Amino acid sequence: MRFVDEYRDADQARALAAQITALCEPGRRYQFMEVCGGHTHTIYKHGLEDHLPEAVTLVHGPGCPVCVIPMGRVDDAIAIARHPDVIMTSFGDMMRVPGGAGSFFDAKAEGADIRMVYSPLDALKIARRNPDRRVVFMAIGFETTAPSTAMTVLRAAAEGIENFSVFCNHVTILPAIKAILDSPDLRLDGFLGPGHVSTVIGCRPYEFIPGRYGKPLVCAGFEPLDILQSVHMLLRQLADGRAEVENQYTRVVPWDGNQRALEAIGEVMELRPYFEWRGLGFISQSALRVRDAYAVHDAERVFDVPGVRVADPKACQCGEVLKGVIKPWECKVFGTACTPETPIGTCMVSSEGACAAYYNYGRFTRDRVKEATRA
Amino acid sequence: MCLGIPGEIVELSADRDDLAMVEVAGVRRAVNTGLLGPGEVRPGDWVLVHVGFAMSKIDEAEAAATLELLRGLGSAYTDELEALASSDIT
Repeated sequence: MRFVDEYRDADQARALAAQITALCEPGRRYQFMEVCGGHTHTIYKHGLEDHLPEAVTLVHGPGCPVCVIPMGRVDDAIAIARHPDVIMTSFGDMMRVPGGAGSFFDAKAEGADIRMVYSPLDALKIARRNPDRRVVFMAIGFETTAPSTAMTVLRAAAEGIENFSVFCNHVTILPAIKAILDSPDLRLDGFLGPGHVSTVIGCRPYEFIPGRYGKPLVCAGFEPLDILQSVHMLLRQLADGRAEVENQYTRVVPWDGNQRALEAIGEVMELRPYFEWRGLGFISQSALRVRDAYAVHDAERVFDVPGVRVADPKACQCGEVLKGVIKPWECKVFGTACTPETPIGTCMVSSEGACAAYYNYGRFTRDRVKEATRA
Repeated sequence: MCLGIPGEIVELSADRDDLAMVEVAGVRRAVNTGLLGPGEVRPGDWVLVHVGFAMSKIDEAEAAATLELLRGLGSAYTDELEALASSDIT
């Protein structure tokens, strides 16, 4: 425990909170977006909002890769999985995500061969062992998981495993941040940058945020003190009249990222002209597809993919939650029709989704807010 | 899936320069180290493992803090560990 205490120390947290309060300009309100679902989790679990002065609000961003997959892509994947010779493989997080006509779990119950894997390399191994079957990996995630998919495709190509392909749904975080900055719905004062994505892309790619939009960004770690310290760094910049990219999470995030990972992505994948994000709509150059050179490993070329578009259920407000326009508990179906056991929207499915995090940890805060509103 | 789980390198593969045995919360599994480069990791080093790949080197203090944070996540973490335990990427 000796290591942990240094990131959890209550005295330090109080001291930081006091410094944060001191940095707030009287009468001014601050809204910072934490882009990453991992941060949302820490904030709710440790009740960090209670440590912050009232003037500072943390807004949850779109950084949960399961949450941003549109329903149509789930239906497309299920259409592929229904081929009798196909073994569909997927991370466990994806299994309960509802498409327009059910989830992977539902399709599996109806006879499709859908298997959970931990790593794309597990999927490749299944392909190696089943040469008479076509094995597809449902690839999802931001830049954190894209290198793993790319490395697996490279390995498949090197070994000549032609019955392995990926259904590529990798998305890139920067265009989503840009879309939020361009959206009229929300006024933000700065960002907590995603820690794990930044281990891959580094800090430099965020420079357009201060450069073009005049907003500071601090790459933040996942401990409670990391988040408080990052908020402090954002407020310090604003107090000094600066807007820069800073790195709070230097223990893990190198300024230049992981070059090998970036090269692997660049070798295997290229930007799509546009991609649909759940709740955010179509965003140009915001997702990756497999390059021509690896077409044999691209499920979108190996199979006839229907390209289904499905509107989100009317009652579901995941889009507004993902853009930070509403808090999870403000959604009409939160905690009633939509729970982690029977999710309607993706934000409730993934453990990194804002709604699931709130459902699991945030009830007391929510109740207090309700009481305060009533009073 | 997004969770990076800290693991300690316990052994390098004799046949492949991109494979190492890593101990993660008592589970010993093969992990691909190709994203860190050959010769970059040694037994005793700690790495952050994402979906079967070591993504970055970390120090022991960071590893301990991250593990503690993950344990606090409950089922999200145990599901991930279970998935890891059933993984075989060799």
